[in-house]
Amino acid sequence: MSSADSLEHLATREYKWGFVTDIEADSVPPGLSEDVIRLISSRKGEPEWLLAWRLEAYRRWLTMPEPMWSTVRFPLIDYQSIVYYSAPKQKKKLESLDEVDPRLLETYEKLGIPLAEQKRLAGVAVDAVFDSVSVATTFREELSKKGILFCSFSDAVREHPDLVRKYLGSVVPYADNKHAALNSAVFSDGSFVYVPKGVRCPMELSTYFRINAANTGQFERTLIIADEGSYVSYLEGCTAPQRDENQLHAAVVELVALERAQIKYSTVQNWYPGDAEGRGGIYNFVTKRGKCLGRASKISWTQVETGSAITWKYPSCILVGDDSIGEFYSVALTANRQQADTGTKMIHIGKNTRSTVVSKGISTGHGQNTYRGQVRIQKGADGARNFSQCDSLLIGPECGAHTFPCLEVHNPTATVEHEATTSKIGEDQLFYCQQRGISAEDAVSMIVNGFCKQVLKELPMEFAVEAQKLLGVSLEGSVG
Amino acid sequence: MTRDAREHYVAGFGQFAEREAAGDPPWLHALRKQAIARFAETGFPTRDDEAWRYTNLGPIARTPFEIAAPASAVIGRADLERLSFPVFACSVFVFVNGRFAPSLSAPRALAGGIQIGNLAAALPSPLCPLEGHLGSLARPDEGALVALNTAFFTDGVMLHVPAGVEIETPIHVVYLSVPGERATISYPRTLVVAGRGSRATVVEDFVSLGGGVAFTNAVCEIALAEGSAVEHVSLQREHEDAAHLGAIRVRQARDSRYKAHGISLGGRLTRNDVLAILDGPGADCELNGFYVASDAQHVDNHTTIDHARPQGTSREFYKGVLDDRARGVFSGKVIVRPGAQKTSAQQTNKNLLLSADAEIDSKPQLEIFADDVRCSHGSSIGQLDEDALFYLRARGIDLATARSLLMRAFSAEITARIGIGALRERIDELLLARMLRTRAEAA
Repeated sequence: MSSADSLEHLATREYKWGFVTDIEADSVPPGLSEDVIRLISSRKGEPEWLLAWRLEAYRRWLTMPEPMWSTVRFPLIDYQSIVYYSAPKQKKKLESLDEVDPRLLETYEKLGIPLAEQKRLAGVAVDAVFDSVSVATTFREELSKKGILFCSFSDAVREHPDLVRKYLGSVVPYADNKHAALNSAVFSDGSFVYVPKGVRCPMELSTYFRINAANTGQFERTLIIADEGSYVSYLEGCTAPQRDENQLHAAVVELVALERAQIKYSTVQNWYPGDAEGRGGIYNFVTKRGKCLGRASKISWTQVETGSAITWKYPSCILVGDDSIGEFYSVALTANRQQADTGTKMIHIGKNTRSTVVSKGISTGHGQNTYRGQVRIQKGADGARNFSQCDSLLIGPECGAHTFPCLEVHNPTATVEHEATTSKIGEDQLFYCQQRGISAEDAVSMIVNGFCKQVLKELPMEFAVEAQKLLGVSLEGSVG
Repeated sequence: MTRDAREHYVAGFGQFAEREAAGDPPWLHALRKQAIARFAETGFPTRDDEAWRYTNLGPIARTPFEIAAPASAVIGRADLERLSFPVFACSVFVFVNGRFAPSLSAPRALAGGIQIGNLAAALPSPLCPLEGHLGSLARPDEGALVALNTAFFTDGVMLHVPAGVEIETPIHVVYLSVPGERATISYPRTLVVAGRGSRATVVEDFVSLGGGVAFTNAVCEIALAEGSAVEHVSLQREHEDAAHLGAIRVRQARDSRYKAHGISLGGRLTRNDVLAILDGPGADCELNGFYVASDAQHVDNHTTIDHARPQGTSREFYKGVLDDRARGVFSGKVIVRPGAQKTSAQQTNKNLLLSADAEIDSKPQLEIFADDVRCSHGSSIGQLDEDALFYLRARGIDLATARSLLMRAFSAEITARIGIGALRERIDELLLARMLRTRAEAA
């Protein structure tokens, strides 16, 4: 196959998750105002303090300029045309999974996320978020036996208000950036996890986000707290229907790790990327940040970003506790007209803190891929250590790859290293594979998987398999 | 604040245009007016500007600098001897406070139709070779500092090397600043035009005679025609009270080679702004830099290598040593434009931090819009290697000597790239002497 043919093939790659579920939704009218926020808050039966917090965030949002510093380009968002709350209609409060609308269960079945517990391979508990609300959370019972709280954010506000109030906004304050402020004002649901002292969470916790309704924005909020000496591994996946309009997804994720706690957060992001001409697709504007609050705590981010028209996200770690560790492993693939501006911030505050950044960017078609990162060593962070590696792979003459690291060092005992390379997919490697009878497409897929291996191996097994497949699909026909 | 600064310079320009610049040819007059209009519009950049995020020009904007008075009369050859730099015979051009000082200069006869001299002498000539070159690479609309220099410069060196001519010995240009009672500013301007297949080495040497608040706002333009080669040393060793904001603008035609060595040792505030555009296929660009800063010095190297055409190669190596409360900034951008295939670019920044209060901000950046390229960058920040120190001490070498040996090795990686041996040795000595004034020796 010539490379021209194959590029065309790439452009027409299919998005398999683009279907729409026909389900009656309970939505608020489009537009954003204090009334809409009050409405969302009252629908969810929230306490007064939370409404007050939302309104503060909204007022702050009004004063904040649109962030224009990244390399992504898109028409300004009309915030008044977005529906800020949409939930599938349900009659009453659900007692068990059996009561969930079968059409919803079917949707998740189709996405490969069976919610019926007996069908699950053991080991993963799922919180399913559909548009603005959580529709089901599996294995809650079993987890609660160990004292682990895993529920939707709304349930957490009702059932564990003290924990929520203590940590909400403690890592990502609403004034952090415009998208975070918007999320703080209108967030609808998301997942909440609390792992008590000394407990090792026996299964992977996972949230599956699905945007279904049209013209709706999704604004979920996740809060994970790992108490002293605990461990939790959390996975997140996402898809959306195929539409010509852009949809906004502005999430906030906050992680808090206390002394010796470890949080491993993995994302496979596969929102609808738009078509070959760049029509439609999700704007994925996400603020993710973890705080290693306690001594010797550890937060590890792993992300595989293959979807979204625009990705704007920088999962970061604030290393407050001495000897704490932050990690960031990322694969970002941009094809067609996709744009990704992603990276991380590692803020070293405690002594002997360590961080590792491994970022792999792959650009094909007209895709633009940017790594933007900051490593900051504060004055008191004696013996801090950072290593960053950012590699970019370019496939085709029209794509772009950009690397913008920023190293700020205020302590002479710190050691900070950054390395980056950008190159074309290896012609010798392709030739070698093809000579041995491997098709060009399989060869590209192999090379890309090898290129990403350092990151993929950080993912839990099932997720790694899914991520590899996703990369394969996204790359179909990129080289002839 | 910037409003005052703008008014100050705009008012100063009115006087300047009537007196010093009265004899300008019309094209230069127009260029200056455009430049001051631009400055009036923007004023000095602030830290809100991403390119100036780590460097605060507030104090510069607040100080009412006056154009430095002529001072060559107060300088004797003896003063110059003290600063004397080249240990070999070459053409020396000395400018004092931005004005040519013929009595201190020693131009040597150069063969082959080479035009060299001071700008002020060349400007009024009806056959002025500068029109079309001056201000074409450092355009007044690209930034406040270039605009300021364009509006106010009166002199500097111009060098035109005709096609096929090679100049063996370096041209040594000394920009000497003699601070006065009040805060003064000078505007040195350098223009180098290298014809097809020509070759030249230019050393720009910025020095001060005595302390006092002085601001040097320098601009250097270098145009390289097809197949030409220019080696350019820019040495900044001004007094610790001085502010030095310099811009170097380079345009390279096909198969030309540009090699720069930017060495910053002095100045309270230093900013070197380098832009090299590889505007023809097969051009090669090498930027080397070394900086040493101690006390409250601030040194900012801001470089851009723009691969606009295919088959270009570039290498960038910047290293620095920071002590006391010094702050270093490195921002290096490599751009590969769409279609600039077969580009190879490499960029490295390494820093030694010697004190708890020193700080470094390093931003190596790659912006790539073509696929058949090989680009890499690396940055590191750390201390002298403990193992290496131990190795030397285990062999009976005392700590101070061991440290200075390692420092020398650290800087030698940069200076080893200087093409002319005598120049390299002298710069090595200067660097070592400067580094030994930092904590490396004391510890």
